[in-house]
Amino acid sequence: MIWAGAFPSPLCPKPTVETTLSIENLRVEYRSRDLGETTKIAVHDLNLKVGLGEVFGFLGPNGAGKTSTMNVLLGFVPPTSGTARIFGVDVREPIARQRIGYLPEQTYYYKFLTAEELLRFYAGIFQIPSKETEQRIDGVLKLVELDHARKRQIKTYSKGMQQRVGLAQALINNPDLLILDEPTSGLDPIGRMKVREIIQRLKGEGKTVFFSSHELGEVETVCDRVAILHQGELKTEGSVNDLLKEHSSNLEQIFLKLIGYSPQP
Amino acid sequence: MNTIWALAKVVVLEMVRRKDFYVLFILTVLLTATAGSVNLFNDRSIVRYLKEICLLLIWACGLVIAITCTARQIPAERESRTIFPLLAKPVTRGQFLLGKFFGCWLATGLALLLFYIFFGLVSASRDHEWPVLNYLQAAWLHWLMLGIVVAFTLLGSIVFAAPSSNGTICFVSAAGILVLGRHLNKVALSLAEPLQSLLYAFYFALPHLELFDARGLIIHGSELIRWDMIALATLYAAAYAAFFLFAAWLVFRRRPLN
Repeated sequence: MIWAGAFPSPLCPKPTVETTLSIENLRVEYRSRDLGETTKIAVHDLNLKVGLGEVFGFLGPNGAGKTSTMNVLLGFVPPTSGTARIFGVDVREPIARQRIGYLPEQTYYYKFLTAEELLRFYAGIFQIPSKETEQRIDGVLKLVELDHARKRQIKTYSKGMQQRVGLAQALINNPDLLILDEPTSGLDPIGRMKVREIIQRLKGEGKTVFFSSHELGEVETVCDRVAILHQGELKTEGSVNDLLKEHSSNLEQIFLKLIGYSPQP
Repeated sequence: MNTIWALAKVVVLEMVRRKDFYVLFILTVLLTATAGSVNLFNDRSIVRYLKEICLLLIWACGLVIAITCTARQIPAERESRTIFPLLAKPVTRGQFLLGKFFGCWLATGLALLLFYIFFGLVSASRDHEWPVLNYLQAAWLHWLMLGIVVAFTLLGSIVFAAPSSNGTICFVSAAGILVLGRHLNKVALSLAEPLQSLLYAFYFALPHLELFDARGLIIHGSELIRWDMIALATLYAAAYAAFFLFAAWLVFRRRPLN
Protein backbone atom coordinates (compact mmCIF):
# COMPACT_ATOMS: atom_id res chain seq x y z
CA MET A 1 0.00 0.00 0.00
CA ILE A 2 1.72 3.14 -1.18
CA TRP A 3 -0.16 5.92 0.49
CA ALA A 4 -2.63 4.41 2.91
CA GLY A 5 -2.88 6.58 6.00
CA ALA A 6 -0.19 8.88 4.67
CA PHE A 7 -2.43 11.91 4.47
CA PRO A 8 -3.98 12.72 7.81
CA SER A 9 -5.68 16.05 7.34
CA PRO A 10 -7.78 18.24 9.59
CA LEU A 11 -9.76 19.17 6.48
CA CYS A 12 -10.78 15.56 5.88
CA PRO A 13 -11.76 14.15 9.26
CA LYS A 14 -12.71 10.50 9.31
CA PRO A 15 -16.44 9.81 9.05
CA THR A 16 -18.37 9.37 12.23
CA VAL A 17 -21.63 8.19 10.66
CA GLU A 18 -22.34 4.76 9.26
CA THR A 19 -24.10 6.05 6.16
CA THR A 20 -21.83 7.71 3.65
CA LEU A 21 -24.44 8.59 1.10
CA SER A 22 -28.19 8.76 1.43
CA ILE A 23 -30.82 9.60 -1.15
CA GLU A 24 -34.44 10.10 -0.09
CA ASN A 25 -37.38 10.39 -2.47
CA LEU A 26 -35.15 11.95 -5.09
CA ARG A 27 -36.92 13.19 -8.17
CA VAL A 28 -35.19 14.85 -11.10
CA GLU A 29 -37.22 16.38 -13.91
CA TYR A 30 -36.06 18.15 -17.04
CA ARG A 31 -38.34 20.58 -18.80
CA SER A 32 -38.32 20.12 -22.53
CA ARG A 33 -37.76 23.24 -24.63
CA ASP A 34 -39.73 21.83 -27.55
CA LEU A 35 -43.34 22.87 -27.96
CA GLY A 36 -45.79 20.15 -27.03
CA GLU A 37 -43.14 18.10 -25.25
CA THR A 38 -43.90 17.08 -21.69
CA THR A 39 -41.55 17.20 -18.75
CA LYS A 40 -39.10 14.30 -18.74
CA ILE A 41 -38.72 12.48 -15.45
CA ALA A 42 -35.12 11.32 -15.25
CA VAL A 43 -35.24 9.99 -11.69
CA HIS A 44 -38.46 8.91 -10.01
CA ASP A 45 -38.59 8.91 -6.19
CA LEU A 46 -35.27 7.19 -5.65
CA ASN A 47 -34.29 5.96 -2.19
CA LEU A 48 -30.79 4.68 -1.63
CA LYS A 49 -28.26 4.31 1.16
CA VAL A 50 -24.59 3.50 0.80
CA GLY A 51 -22.74 2.41 3.92
CA LEU A 52 -19.26 3.28 5.06
CA GLY A 53 -16.50 1.31 3.31
CA GLU A 54 -18.81 -0.24 0.72
CA VAL A 55 -18.10 -0.62 -2.97
CA PHE A 56 -21.48 0.15 -4.50
CA GLY A 57 -22.33 -0.51 -8.15
CA PHE A 58 -24.91 1.79 -9.69
CA LEU A 59 -26.24 0.03 -12.77
CA GLY A 60 -28.73 0.64 -15.49
CA PRO A 61 -29.03 0.88 -19.25
CA ASN A 62 -28.38 4.19 -21.03
CA GLY A 63 -31.02 6.76 -20.07
CA ALA A 64 -31.88 4.97 -16.81
CA GLY A 65 -31.10 8.06 -14.69
CA LYS A 66 -27.66 7.13 -13.37
CA THR A 67 -25.94 10.26 -14.66
CA SER A 68 -28.82 12.46 -13.44
CA THR A 69 -28.46 10.96 -9.96
CA MET A 70 -24.71 11.48 -10.03
CA ASN A 71 -25.23 15.06 -11.24
CA VAL A 72 -27.40 15.71 -8.20
CA LEU A 73 -24.83 14.12 -5.88
CA LEU A 74 -22.10 16.33 -7.34
CA GLY A 75 -24.20 19.49 -7.14
CA PHE A 76 -24.38 20.01 -10.92
CA VAL A 77 -28.19 19.76 -10.99
CA PRO A 78 -30.59 20.70 -8.17
CA PRO A 79 -33.11 17.96 -7.32
CA THR A 80 -36.72 18.69 -8.33
CA SER A 81 -37.77 17.20 -4.98
CA GLY A 82 -36.31 14.94 -2.33
CA THR A 83 -32.90 15.13 -0.74
CA ALA A 84 -29.45 13.72 -1.19
CA ARG A 85 -26.83 13.82 1.54
CA ILE A 86 -23.15 12.98 1.66
CA PHE A 87 -21.82 12.36 5.18
CA GLY A 88 -25.04 13.94 6.43
CA VAL A 89 -24.54 17.19 4.51
CA ASP A 90 -27.02 18.27 1.85
CA VAL A 91 -25.35 17.99 -1.56
CA ARG A 92 -26.46 21.52 -2.42
CA GLU A 93 -23.86 22.78 0.07
CA PRO A 94 -20.41 23.02 -1.59
CA ILE A 95 -18.80 21.74 1.63
CA ALA A 96 -20.47 18.35 0.97
CA ARG A 97 -17.89 17.91 -1.78
CA GLN A 98 -14.89 18.41 0.53
CA ARG A 99 -14.57 14.69 1.24
CA ILE A 100 -15.42 13.23 -2.15
CA GLY A 101 -13.37 12.40 -5.20
CA TYR A 102 -15.01 12.32 -8.63
CA LEU A 103 -13.80 10.61 -11.77
CA PRO A 104 -15.82 11.54 -14.88
CA GLU A 105 -16.48 9.03 -17.63
CA GLN A 106 -14.16 10.78 -20.03
CA THR A 107 -11.03 12.79 -19.43
CA TYR A 108 -12.01 16.38 -18.83
CA TYR A 109 -8.88 18.16 -17.66
CA TYR A 110 -6.78 21.18 -18.60
CA LYS A 111 -4.59 19.58 -21.21
CA PHE A 112 -2.07 22.43 -21.25
CA LEU A 113 -1.11 21.53 -17.68
CA THR A 114 1.26 18.76 -16.62
CA ALA A 115 -0.05 16.04 -14.29
CA GLU A 116 1.87 17.63 -11.44
CA GLU A 117 0.42 21.10 -12.12
CA LEU A 118 -3.11 19.73 -12.42
CA LEU A 119 -2.83 17.94 -9.08
CA ARG A 120 -1.30 21.02 -7.45
CA PHE A 121 -4.21 23.09 -8.77
CA TYR A 122 -6.83 20.74 -7.33
CA ALA A 123 -4.90 20.48 -4.05
CA GLY A 124 -5.04 24.29 -3.90
CA ILE A 125 -8.82 24.13 -4.19
CA PHE A 126 -8.95 21.73 -1.25
CA GLN A 127 -6.64 24.11 0.63
CA ILE A 128 -4.12 21.39 1.36
CA PRO A 129 -0.88 22.86 2.82
CA SER A 130 1.90 23.01 0.24
CA LYS A 131 4.27 20.55 1.97
CA GLU A 132 1.48 18.00 2.26
CA THR A 133 0.46 18.68 -1.34
CA GLU A 134 3.85 17.55 -2.62
CA GLN A 135 3.64 14.33 -0.58
CA ARG A 136 0.17 13.62 -1.89
CA ILE A 137 1.18 14.31 -5.49
CA ASP A 138 4.07 11.85 -5.14
CA GLY A 139 1.76 9.28 -3.55
CA VAL A 140 -1.10 9.41 -6.05
CA LEU A 141 1.20 9.57 -9.09
CA LYS A 142 2.98 6.45 -7.87
CA LEU A 143 -0.34 4.76 -7.20
CA VAL A 144 -1.61 5.38 -10.74
CA GLU A 145 1.86 4.69 -12.19
CA LEU A 146 2.32 8.09 -13.79
CA ASP A 147 5.38 9.18 -11.85
CA HIS A 148 7.57 8.99 -14.95
CA ALA A 149 5.28 11.33 -16.93
CA ARG A 150 4.51 13.86 -14.20
CA LYS A 151 6.22 16.78 -15.99
CA ARG A 152 4.63 16.15 -19.39
CA GLN A 153 1.58 18.09 -20.54
CA ILE A 154 -1.62 16.02 -20.34
CA LYS A 155 -2.30 16.56 -24.06
CA THR A 156 0.65 14.23 -24.79
CA TYR A 157 -0.85 11.36 -22.72
CA SER A 158 -2.55 8.27 -24.13
CA LYS A 159 -6.22 7.67 -23.24
CA GLY A 160 -5.28 5.19 -20.52
CA MET A 161 -2.82 7.66 -18.99
CA GLN A 162 -5.44 10.43 -19.11
CA GLN A 163 -7.91 8.18 -17.30
CA ARG A 164 -5.27 7.45 -14.66
CA VAL A 165 -4.50 11.14 -14.18
CA GLY A 166 -8.26 11.49 -13.64
CA LEU A 167 -8.08 8.90 -10.92
CA ALA A 168 -5.10 10.72 -9.40
CA GLN A 169 -7.05 14.00 -9.24
CA ALA A 170 -9.99 12.18 -7.67
CA LEU A 171 -7.67 10.93 -4.92
CA ILE A 172 -5.68 14.12 -4.24
CA ASN A 173 -7.83 15.13 -1.25
CA ASN A 174 -7.67 11.61 0.24
CA PRO A 175 -11.46 11.35 -0.11
CA ASP A 176 -13.66 9.13 2.02
CA LEU A 177 -16.12 8.69 -0.84
CA LEU A 178 -15.22 8.15 -4.48
CA ILE A 179 -17.81 8.69 -7.18
CA LEU A 180 -16.66 7.05 -10.38
CA ASP A 181 -18.63 7.41 -13.61
CA GLU A 182 -17.82 4.38 -15.77
CA PRO A 183 -14.17 4.36 -14.69
CA THR A 184 -13.08 1.68 -17.14
CA SER A 185 -14.93 3.04 -20.16
CA GLY A 186 -12.74 3.00 -23.26
CA LEU A 187 -9.76 1.39 -21.54
CA ASP A 188 -7.87 -1.65 -22.80
CA PRO A 189 -7.85 -4.86 -20.68
CA ILE A 190 -4.64 -3.87 -18.88
CA GLY A 191 -6.02 -0.41 -18.11
CA ARG A 192 -9.22 -1.97 -16.78
CA MET A 193 -7.30 -4.37 -14.61
CA LYS A 194 -5.27 -1.50 -13.15
CA VAL A 195 -8.37 0.55 -12.37
CA ARG A 196 -9.99 -2.52 -10.79
CA GLU A 197 -6.89 -3.09 -8.64
CA ILE A 198 -6.97 0.53 -7.50
CA ILE A 199 -10.67 0.27 -6.55
CA GLN A 200 -9.96 -2.88 -4.55
CA ARG A 201 -6.99 -1.25 -2.88
CA LEU A 202 -9.18 1.74 -1.92
CA LYS A 203 -11.76 -0.63 -0.54
CA GLY A 204 -9.03 -2.22 1.56
CA GLU A 205 -8.27 1.22 2.97
CA GLY A 206 -11.89 1.59 4.07
CA LYS A 207 -12.95 4.07 1.38
CA THR A 208 -16.48 4.07 0.07
CA VAL A 209 -16.70 3.72 -3.69
CA PHE A 210 -19.88 4.54 -5.61
CA PHE A 211 -19.56 3.77 -9.27
CA SER A 212 -21.60 3.33 -12.40
CA SER A 213 -20.57 0.80 -15.00
CA HIS A 214 -21.84 -1.23 -17.91
CA GLU A 215 -19.19 -3.91 -17.27
CA LEU A 216 -21.30 -6.28 -15.25
CA GLY A 217 -18.60 -8.92 -14.86
CA GLU A 218 -16.38 -6.28 -13.32
CA VAL A 219 -19.18 -5.09 -11.04
CA GLU A 220 -19.74 -8.66 -9.88
CA THR A 221 -16.05 -8.93 -9.02
CA VAL A 222 -15.52 -5.70 -7.10
CA CYS A 223 -18.89 -4.62 -5.67
CA ASP A 224 -20.37 -5.43 -2.28
CA ARG A 225 -23.81 -4.15 -3.20
CA VAL A 226 -25.54 -2.96 -6.35
CA ALA A 227 -28.63 -0.99 -7.36
CA ILE A 228 -30.26 -1.43 -10.76
CA LEU A 229 -32.10 1.52 -12.20
CA HIS A 230 -34.39 1.50 -15.22
CA GLN A 231 -36.36 4.42 -16.66
CA GLY A 232 -35.64 6.46 -13.54
CA GLU A 233 -36.97 3.82 -11.14
CA LEU A 234 -35.07 1.60 -8.77
CA LYS A 235 -35.64 -2.02 -9.82
CA THR A 236 -33.57 -3.71 -7.15
CA GLU A 237 -30.96 -3.02 -4.52
CA GLY A 238 -28.97 -5.45 -2.46
CA SER A 239 -25.81 -7.40 -1.88
CA VAL A 240 -24.28 -8.99 -4.97
CA ASN A 241 -24.09 -12.40 -3.26
CA ASP A 242 -27.75 -12.27 -2.16
CA LEU A 243 -28.90 -11.33 -5.66
CA LEU A 244 -26.87 -14.11 -7.24
CA LYS A 245 -28.31 -16.66 -4.77
CA GLU A 246 -31.85 -15.38 -5.08
CA HIS A 247 -31.89 -15.51 -8.88
CA SER A 248 -29.50 -18.46 -9.30
CA SER A 249 -27.94 -16.62 -12.19
CA ASN A 250 -25.11 -14.22 -12.99
CA LEU A 251 -25.43 -10.45 -12.68
CA GLU A 252 -25.82 -9.96 -16.43
CA GLN A 253 -28.85 -12.27 -16.59
CA ILE A 254 -30.37 -10.63 -13.51
CA PHE A 255 -29.83 -7.20 -15.04
CA LEU A 256 -31.44 -8.16 -18.35
CA LYS A 257 -34.40 -9.75 -16.59
CA LEU A 258 -35.01 -6.74 -14.35
CA ILE A 259 -34.99 -4.25 -17.20
CA GLY A 260 -37.40 -6.47 -19.12
CA TYR A 261 -35.09 -7.30 -21.99
CA SER A 262 -36.04 -10.34 -24.03
CA PRO A 263 -33.82 -11.42 -26.90
CA GLN A 264 -35.37 -11.54 -30.37
CA PRO A 265 -36.00 -15.13 -31.57
CA MET B 1 -9.54 33.12 -1.41
CA ASN B 2 -7.23 30.15 -2.04
CA THR B 3 -9.74 28.69 -4.47
CA ILE B 4 -10.02 31.96 -6.40
CA TRP B 5 -6.24 32.29 -6.52
CA ALA B 6 -5.82 28.67 -7.69
CA LEU B 7 -8.34 29.26 -10.50
CA ALA B 8 -6.70 32.56 -11.47
CA LYS B 9 -3.25 30.96 -11.69
CA VAL B 10 -4.51 28.38 -14.20
CA VAL B 11 -5.92 31.16 -16.41
CA VAL B 12 -2.56 32.98 -16.35
CA LEU B 13 -0.71 29.75 -17.12
CA GLU B 14 -3.02 29.11 -20.05
CA MET B 15 -2.28 32.55 -21.51
CA VAL B 16 1.45 32.05 -21.07
CA ARG B 17 1.27 28.73 -22.95
CA ARG B 18 -0.89 29.99 -25.80
CA LYS B 19 0.59 31.53 -28.92
CA ASP B 20 -1.78 34.48 -29.53
CA PHE B 21 -0.27 36.71 -26.85
CA TYR B 22 3.23 36.28 -28.30
CA VAL B 23 1.98 37.11 -31.81
CA LEU B 24 0.49 40.39 -30.57
CA PHE B 25 3.57 41.22 -28.54
CA ILE B 26 5.98 40.56 -31.40
CA LEU B 27 3.80 42.61 -33.74
CA THR B 28 3.77 45.52 -31.30
CA VAL B 29 7.51 45.21 -30.69
CA LEU B 30 8.19 45.33 -34.43
CA LEU B 31 5.95 48.34 -34.99
CA THR B 32 7.21 50.15 -31.88
CA ALA B 33 10.83 49.46 -32.74
CA THR B 34 10.28 50.68 -36.30
CA ALA B 35 8.51 53.82 -35.08
CA GLY B 36 11.13 54.38 -32.36
CA SER B 37 13.95 54.25 -34.87
CA VAL B 38 12.51 57.16 -36.88
CA ASN B 39 13.60 60.66 -35.88
CA LEU B 40 13.19 62.90 -38.90
CA PHE B 41 15.13 66.20 -38.69
CA ASN B 42 15.19 65.79 -34.91
CA ASP B 43 11.57 66.99 -34.87
CA ARG B 44 10.01 66.27 -31.43
CA SER B 45 6.43 66.54 -32.73
CA ILE B 46 7.10 63.60 -35.03
CA VAL B 47 8.39 61.58 -32.10
CA ARG B 48 5.22 62.45 -30.19
CA TYR B 49 3.08 61.47 -33.14
CA LEU B 50 4.86 58.12 -33.36
CA LYS B 51 4.45 57.62 -29.61
CA GLU B 52 0.75 58.24 -30.05
CA ILE B 53 0.51 55.57 -32.74
CA CYS B 54 2.45 53.07 -30.61
CA LEU B 55 0.28 53.70 -27.55
CA LEU B 56 -2.86 53.32 -29.67
CA LEU B 57 -1.46 49.98 -30.76
CA ILE B 58 -0.89 48.97 -27.14
CA TRP B 59 -4.46 50.00 -26.29
CA ALA B 60 -5.84 47.95 -29.18
CA CYS B 61 -3.68 44.94 -28.20
CA GLY B 62 -4.77 45.30 -24.56
CA LEU B 63 -8.42 45.19 -25.60
CA VAL B 64 -7.84 42.20 -27.90
CA ILE B 65 -5.96 40.25 -25.21
CA ALA B 66 -8.51 41.05 -22.49
CA ILE B 67 -11.54 40.23 -24.64
CA THR B 68 -10.24 37.10 -26.39
CA CYS B 69 -8.79 35.65 -23.20
CA THR B 70 -12.01 36.25 -21.24
CA ALA B 71 -14.55 35.40 -23.95
CA ARG B 72 -13.29 31.85 -24.33
CA GLN B 73 -12.97 30.96 -20.63
CA ILE B 74 -16.45 29.72 -19.73
CA PRO B 75 -17.48 28.38 -23.18
CA ALA B 76 -14.19 26.42 -23.32
CA GLU B 77 -14.77 25.02 -19.83
CA ARG B 78 -18.23 23.86 -20.90
CA GLU B 79 -17.19 22.56 -24.29
CA SER B 80 -14.21 20.58 -23.01
CA ARG B 81 -16.28 19.69 -19.92
CA THR B 82 -13.42 20.61 -17.57
CA ILE B 83 -16.05 22.45 -15.54
CA PHE B 84 -17.43 19.11 -14.28
CA PRO B 85 -14.45 17.79 -12.31
CA LEU B 86 -13.84 21.36 -11.15
CA LEU B 87 -17.33 22.01 -9.77
CA ALA B 88 -17.33 18.50 -8.26
CA LYS B 89 -14.83 20.00 -5.81
CA PRO B 90 -15.89 22.41 -3.04
CA VAL B 91 -16.03 25.35 -5.46
CA THR B 92 -19.08 27.60 -5.69
CA ARG B 93 -20.12 29.11 -8.99
CA GLY B 94 -19.36 32.54 -7.53
CA GLN B 95 -15.77 31.49 -6.74
CA PHE B 96 -15.48 30.03 -10.22
CA LEU B 97 -16.49 33.37 -11.79
CA LEU B 98 -14.23 35.38 -9.51
CA GLY B 99 -11.30 33.06 -10.26
CA LYS B 100 -11.86 33.50 -13.98
CA PHE B 101 -12.18 37.28 -13.60
CA PHE B 102 -9.01 37.71 -11.55
CA GLY B 103 -7.12 35.28 -13.80
CA CYS B 104 -8.04 37.17 -16.97
CA TRP B 105 -7.44 40.56 -15.38
CA LEU B 106 -4.07 39.45 -14.02
CA ALA B 107 -3.06 37.88 -17.34
CA THR B 108 -4.03 41.12 -19.12
CA GLY B 109 -2.07 43.10 -16.53
CA LEU B 110 1.05 41.03 -17.09
CA ALA B 111 0.76 41.55 -20.84
CA LEU B 112 0.31 45.32 -20.31
CA LEU B 113 3.32 45.44 -18.02
CA LEU B 114 5.45 43.86 -20.72
CA PHE B 115 4.12 46.25 -23.39
CA TYR B 116 4.64 49.36 -21.24
CA ILE B 117 8.14 48.33 -20.14
CA PHE B 118 9.16 47.77 -23.75
CA PHE B 119 7.53 51.03 -24.91
CA GLY B 120 9.12 52.91 -21.99
CA LEU B 121 12.58 51.61 -22.85
CA VAL B 122 12.21 52.58 -26.52
CA SER B 123 10.83 56.04 -25.61
CA ALA B 124 13.52 56.66 -23.02
CA SER B 125 16.20 55.77 -25.54
CA ARG B 126 14.88 58.60 -27.76
CA ASP B 127 13.88 61.22 -25.17
CA HIS B 128 16.53 60.45 -22.52
CA GLU B 129 13.82 60.96 -19.85
CA TRP B 130 12.35 58.47 -17.33
CA PRO B 131 8.90 59.77 -16.32
CA VAL B 132 8.21 56.68 -14.19
CA LEU B 133 5.22 58.14 -12.33
CA ASN B 134 3.54 59.19 -15.58
CA TYR B 135 3.92 55.66 -16.88
CA LEU B 136 2.67 54.21 -13.61
CA GLN B 137 -0.49 56.34 -13.61
CA ALA B 138 -1.23 55.74 -17.30
CA ALA B 139 -0.68 51.99 -17.05
CA TRP B 140 -2.70 51.68 -13.82
CA LEU B 141 -5.69 53.52 -15.33
CA HIS B 142 -5.37 51.44 -18.49
CA TRP B 143 -5.42 48.23 -16.42
CA LEU B 144 -8.46 49.44 -14.43
CA MET B 145 -10.30 50.09 -17.68
CA LEU B 146 -9.50 46.57 -18.83
CA GLY B 147 -10.87 45.25 -15.52
CA ILE B 148 -14.30 46.63 -16.50
CA VAL B 149 -13.92 45.16 -20.00
CA VAL B 150 -12.97 41.74 -18.57
CA ALA B 151 -16.01 41.80 -16.24
CA PHE B 152 -18.51 42.62 -18.99
CA THR B 153 -16.91 40.12 -21.37
CA LEU B 154 -17.30 37.45 -18.68
CA LEU B 155 -20.98 38.35 -18.40
CA GLY B 156 -21.24 38.18 -22.20
CA SER B 157 -19.61 34.73 -22.25
CA ILE B 158 -22.50 33.39 -20.16
CA VAL B 159 -25.22 35.16 -22.14
CA PHE B 160 -23.89 34.48 -25.64
CA ALA B 161 -23.03 30.90 -26.55
CA ALA B 162 -20.26 31.50 -29.09
CA PRO B 163 -17.01 33.14 -27.93
CA SER B 164 -16.57 34.73 -31.36
CA SER B 165 -19.91 36.58 -31.25
CA ASN B 166 -19.32 37.61 -27.64
CA GLY B 167 -15.81 38.80 -28.53
CA THR B 168 -17.10 40.88 -31.43
CA ILE B 169 -19.94 42.42 -29.41
CA CYS B 170 -17.63 43.25 -26.52
CA PHE B 171 -14.93 44.70 -28.76
CA VAL B 172 -17.42 46.89 -30.66
CA SER B 173 -19.02 48.02 -27.36
CA ALA B 174 -15.68 48.87 -25.73
CA ALA B 175 -14.38 50.68 -28.81
CA GLY B 176 -17.74 52.45 -29.18
CA ILE B 177 -17.66 53.69 -25.59
CA LEU B 178 -14.04 54.80 -25.93
CA VAL B 179 -14.71 56.78 -29.09
CA LEU B 180 -18.29 58.00 -28.66
CA GLY B 181 -18.99 57.71 -24.93
CA ARG B 182 -18.01 61.27 -24.07
CA HIS B 183 -20.17 62.77 -26.84
CA LEU B 184 -23.47 61.05 -26.03
CA ASN B 185 -24.68 63.86 -23.75
CA LYS B 186 -24.11 66.40 -26.53
CA VAL B 187 -26.03 64.21 -28.95
CA ALA B 188 -28.84 63.89 -26.38
CA LEU B 189 -29.20 67.71 -26.29
CA SER B 190 -30.13 67.77 -29.95
CA LEU B 191 -32.89 65.16 -29.56
CA ALA B 192 -36.55 65.56 -28.68
CA GLU B 193 -38.17 63.94 -25.63
CA PRO B 194 -38.42 61.09 -24.68
CA LEU B 195 -35.30 60.14 -26.70
CA GLN B 196 -33.32 62.86 -24.98
CA SER B 197 -34.02 61.44 -21.50
CA LEU B 198 -33.38 57.92 -22.70
CA LEU B 199 -30.02 58.83 -24.19
CA TYR B 200 -29.10 60.80 -21.07
CA ALA B 201 -29.97 57.78 -18.91
CA PHE B 202 -27.83 55.62 -21.19
CA TYR B 203 -25.00 58.16 -20.97
CA PHE B 204 -25.04 58.09 -17.17
CA ALA B 205 -25.41 54.29 -16.96
CA LEU B 206 -22.50 53.54 -19.30
CA PRO B 207 -19.10 52.76 -17.84
CA HIS B 208 -17.08 55.68 -19.22
CA LEU B 209 -13.98 53.83 -20.32
CA GLU B 210 -12.59 56.96 -21.94
CA LEU B 211 -12.04 58.45 -18.46
CA PHE B 212 -9.21 55.97 -18.01
CA ASP B 213 -7.38 57.10 -21.12
CA ALA B 214 -4.33 58.89 -19.74
CA ARG B 215 -2.06 58.50 -22.74
CA GLY B 216 -1.44 62.24 -22.67
CA LEU B 217 0.68 61.70 -19.56
CA ILE B 218 3.17 59.81 -21.68
CA ILE B 219 2.82 61.50 -25.06
CA HIS B 220 2.77 65.14 -23.93
CA GLY B 221 4.39 64.69 -20.52
CA SER B 222 1.31 66.32 -18.91
CA GLU B 223 1.17 66.99 -15.18
CA LEU B 224 0.50 64.01 -12.98
CA ILE B 225 -3.13 63.29 -12.13
CA ARG B 226 -4.00 63.98 -8.48
CA TRP B 227 -3.76 60.76 -6.46
CA ASP B 228 -7.22 61.24 -4.95
CA MET B 229 -8.57 61.29 -8.52
CA ILE B 230 -6.72 58.04 -9.19
CA ALA B 231 -8.32 56.54 -6.06
CA LEU B 232 -11.74 57.73 -7.28
CA ALA B 233 -11.14 56.15 -10.70
CA THR B 234 -10.16 52.91 -8.95
CA LEU B 235 -13.44 52.93 -7.02
CA TYR B 236 -15.38 53.75 -10.17
CA ALA B 237 -13.82 50.78 -12.01
CA ALA B 238 -14.31 48.47 -9.01
CA ALA B 239 -18.00 49.43 -8.81
CA TYR B 240 -18.66 48.70 -12.50
CA ALA B 241 -16.64 45.45 -12.43
CA ALA B 242 -18.55 44.33 -9.33
CA PHE B 243 -21.86 45.17 -11.03
CA PHE B 244 -21.03 43.11 -14.13
CA LEU B 245 -19.71 40.22 -12.03
CA PHE B 246 -22.84 40.23 -9.90
CA ALA B 247 -24.99 40.14 -13.05
CA ALA B 248 -22.83 37.28 -14.38
CA TRP B 249 -23.32 35.35 -11.12
CA LEU B 250 -27.10 35.89 -11.24
CA VAL B 251 -27.25 34.40 -14.74
CA PHE B 252 -24.73 31.62 -14.12
CA ARG B 253 -25.83 30.32 -10.71
CA ARG B 254 -28.89 28.45 -12.07
CA ARG B 255 -27.65 27.74 -15.57
CA PRO B 256 -27.30 24.05 -16.53
CA LEU B 257 -23.68 23.12 -17.08
CA ASN B 258 -24.18 21.26 -20.35
